[in-house]
Amino acid sequence: MPKLLLIIISAVLVNNFVLQRFLGICPFMGVSKKVSTALGMSGAVLFVMTMASVATWLIYHFVLVSADSVDHFVLIGADLTYLKTVTFILVIASLVQLVELVLQKLSPALYQALGIFLPLITTNCAVLGVAVLNIQKDYSLLETTIFGIGAALGFGLAMILFSGLRERIDLCDTPRSFRGTAIGLVTAGLLSLAFMGFTGLVKL
Amino acid sequence: MLSAVIALSVLALLASFGLAIAARVFAVETDPRIELVEEALPGANCGGCGYPGCAGLAKAIVEGKAKVEDCPVGGEETRKAISEIMGISFEGGQVRMVALVNCKGDDQVASKRFFYNGIHDCASAALIFGGDKSCSYGCLGLGTCAEACPFGAIMMLESGLAEVEPDKCTGCGQCVDACPKGIIKMVPAERRLHILCSSHDKGAAARKACKTACIACQKCVKSAPEGSIVMDDFLAVVNYDFDIPYEVAEECPMNTIVVRDPGDDARSGCEEKTAAGGGA
Repeated sequence: MPKLLLIIISAVLVNNFVLQRFLGICPFMGVSKKVSTALGMSGAVLFVMTMASVATWLIYHFVLVSADSVDHFVLIGADLTYLKTVTFILVIASLVQLVELVLQKLSPALYQALGIFLPLITTNCAVLGVAVLNIQKDYSLLETTIFGIGAALGFGLAMILFSGLRERIDLCDTPRSFRGTAIGLVTAGLLSLAFMGFTGLVKL
Repeated sequence: MLSAVIALSVLALLASFGLAIAARVFAVETDPRIELVEEALPGANCGGCGYPGCAGLAKAIVEGKAKVEDCPVGGEETRKAISEIMGISFEGGQVRMVALVNCKGDDQVASKRFFYNGIHDCASAALIFGGDKSCSYGCLGLGTCAEACPFGAIMMLESGLAEVEPDKCTGCGQCVDACPKGIIKMVPAERRLHILCSSHDKGAAARKACKTACIACQKCVKSAPEGSIVMDDFLAVVNYDFDIPYEVAEECPMNTIVVRDPGDDARSGCEEKTAAGGGA
């Protein structure tokens, strides 16, 4: 149990996906102009990251690994772990498509709320990053799920903090050459520096 | 090697078949008219109708929640096209509305109380004692309406006033909501005579703040057909139901009443044809 808590704290604060690992920078810069859109994006990421973590973990451990290295049932048996990046992209992309179809039918309200953000993050590097990191760190299925949620929460925290800052910066008298994305990148750097302060908070 | 190729192909095939089946199973039946109506709409997604974009309005029209003529932007053509799709007979004759900035007090004629050096935005300027103009009703000239306009129909004049180009204006009403002073009104496009003042101050006070303010002398009220110009709290207001003869503009001692010609091209459309020798 303490390990799960540590995984969450680590993913949200210490090893924040956006501000420490520098994954998922494109949505971080792209859809952070308003807090409301940042919230929508964060919700969609939370959804997809958790689903993708579980799906890729299952695929990896039951299809890709060689039969000799594990003691449970493996579909193919040959060592295909070097294919994990390609496979994960395939799995995540189809999963997001499937989720979108299902949501549209079963929960139109949620589908409306997530809107355009759902297909946008199909091949987001943060989502792929979670999947790959889960394998690298040799997490169990439960840990993987928790890590996926934690990473998405960290992403959401960074997004919402950053979009709030950008909304305020819009009202400031910024020098002409810095307006827009330029000052956004400077702000992102400062925010990242601030998050460096969490380094060493947990050992994992 | 071979196992890798086979494994990946099988995985991809499974995924595609799975998606194809899911698309069948979870297919959401949509009314085909929604797409047709959306195509007929202008596609500007301005939000002038109150729905989230043209797709939202298209859905509402097909569901019967909105009327065929609810798109303020689309002209007669659009309404006709939508009516055909919906199978409703279309009665024409909707009056085209355009926005009008009800202020003529540019920097030459309207005095300022203080020097505003804040954010270049009317809403924030209006927060500071209602803005820098002595007239608390006047156009602040910082272009919040021009920025709100999805069609680029509002231009900011050098003299510090916003002006709507009637030819470009589609009547979506975004600027009306954007103006913190509430001086932009929707008026019928065919009406040319306007009283360009929103000041409800008493005559002397209004005159002191702005050289073209309405001073409530009521000369226009007396010379215009009865009911076509009415006094509202020290301000003469045009009742656009009436077609007022253009000579009335000459009566105004403050040059507040203008006759505009939206028929010309955009540039000259913005030049005021103030009736010559209009007093003062």
